[in-house]
Amino acid sequence: MTAMQFGVFSVGYLDQDPPSTGSVVREKETIQETLLLAQHAEEVGLDVFSFGEHHNPPFFSSSPPAVLAYLAAKTSRIQLTTSTTLITTNDPVKIAEDYALVQHLAEGRLDLMLGRGNTGPVYPWFGKDIRDGIPLAVENYGLLRRLWDEDVVDWEGRFRSPLQGFTSIPRPLDGVPPFVWHASIRSPEIAEQAAYYGDGFFANNIFWPAKHFQPLVSLYRQRYEHYGHGTAAQAIVGLGGHVFIRPRSQDAKAEFLPYFRNSSFGRGVSLESFTEQTPLTVGSPQEIIDRYAGMRDLFGDYHRQLFLLNLQGMSLKVSMEQLDALGEIVPVLRKELDRGRPGEVPDIPTHASRVASRDEQHHLSVAPAEVASR
Amino acid sequence: MTAPQAYGSTGDAVTRKLAVVSAGLGVPSSTRLLADRLVQASTDRLHVEGIAVEITVIELRDHAMAITGNLLNGFAGPELESAIESLTGADGAIVTTPIFTTSYSGLFKSFVDVIEPGALAGLAVLIGATGGTERHSLALDYAMRPLFTYHHAIVVPTSVYAATGDWGNAGGNGAAGLAERIGRAATELAALMRGSTRSNEVHDPFAIPAGFGPAGFSPTGPYSRP
Repeated sequence: MTAMQFGVFSVGYLDQDPPSTGSVVREKETIQETLLLAQHAEEVGLDVFSFGEHHNPPFFSSSPPAVLAYLAAKTSRIQLTTSTTLITTNDPVKIAEDYALVQHLAEGRLDLMLGRGNTGPVYPWFGKDIRDGIPLAVENYGLLRRLWDEDVVDWEGRFRSPLQGFTSIPRPLDGVPPFVWHASIRSPEIAEQAAYYGDGFFANNIFWPAKHFQPLVSLYRQRYEHYGHGTAAQAIVGLGGHVFIRPRSQDAKAEFLPYFRNSSFGRGVSLESFTEQTPLTVGSPQEIIDRYAGMRDLFGDYHRQLFLLNLQGMSLKVSMEQLDALGEIVPVLRKELDRGRPGEVPDIPTHASRVASRDEQHHLSVAPAEVASR
Repeated sequence: MTAPQAYGSTGDAVTRKLAVVSAGLGVPSSTRLLADRLVQASTDRLHVEGIAVEITVIELRDHAMAITGNLLNGFAGPELESAIESLTGADGAIVTTPIFTTSYSGLFKSFVDVIEPGALAGLAVLIGATGGTERHSLALDYAMRPLFTYHHAIVVPTSVYAATGDWGNAGGNGAAGLAERIGRAATELAALMRGSTRSNEVHDPFAIPAGFGPAGFSPTGPYSRP
């Protein structure tokens, strides 16, 4: 059993390696390299690989189910998830079917993280109105839940055509759907939604100060308890993170600077103030460990730590080296975050643990008299 | 930003918070000078009623890099954040800018752009501006006033424009002098600040809008676990 999972997340970004000649990395190479990095993440002992969804350049990540299905066949142990699946602009029926199928292909090594998206025009491109972002996330997830939890669904809502006698196929593996995380940067409604269903809540925890995300996580924890899923400390919390690692701190900073300068988030900003104010940490393994072992002081004991993979357009070689370094850091971080972790905080849910818990609840729900009469 | 200072009587006295924003760039700055005159006149009017005033001055020049950083990154650094909070949590504000190329300065607008929507709602605001000649004085009414109206702030009817010549002109020929206009605007601001409860209100930025339900619509009733 693992208390916490550590991994990397990719949003499928096409960029260039700034220290090189500046030629734009092409789709074919970047896609292949991302698949190699995911497999290497398993090789270095990471627990999770996560892949995002976008529908505009400079991304290539239009279809996480396709990428995760490929990786399911190429890997044997690593948990596969999304960062994120767009619950707003996708048809929830297609989400239910696609991810249930990948869950079977991955033999249960799949969960998913729902988000609303970060590029405004995606809404109109998919026939939706961005002002309906929250209502879409609420209605679509309500339907997704039912499609997974109920074999035959009658449904009607505002945003898609009604369903009569519909069965989403394939049915979830072992009758237990993939675990769901809800991700949000600023919307308390999404924290409330995650708490209501007893699902996980993920704070991306990059690019902004950690204190920006603390109230949302805290709200989710309180509401998780309110809805009766457990205590606030037991709520399932995931965090993002962003690091660049070299054996010597000054080498890390010098090497990362051109990537930072060329990135979508670092242009026109000082690396020093950005690393001071946001969770981005550039330095030696010990510096990374110190900063991230401190995250639970800010957010409480949590369940999943994902580090941003390669948004700066690093070469495959540099990205592989970063995974190697993470592979060495994670066991230390795991130990640090395990120390003093209260017994009441559950381990991260897995397919096996959720099947077991479902069976146990089913057993408990059978009245003693009924058991005796059998 | 200077540390808040309480002027006038203290103890059990009623206190109001006044934020002062000056977008003046020079040192010394006539824009800051105008702000100081407006502050003096406004606080005088509150003091005579026994109301103490806690003043926080925000010189935007000191936050210029942080404001740009906020535009780029989407978050304020610690000092800028504290400056913004002193404005959004005030009972009244005096805001002054130089007029550049027909309107408020770019730095001033950038500062207003990084303030969360709704954060200035109900705030009593006195607007002032400086410029080389009085020909640009309407910029206060066609640019500054709508900017704060958009933010649902309450802009006092008298806005104060100080052209360079105003600093050596007592008015006359039917026109009110600078001192007279400052006095009229200060009276209007003080009247609004007197009854303000803004600085004692607690805002929850994560409050969930009324009517929000976390469960999707379903004709078969609320979501329940199978």
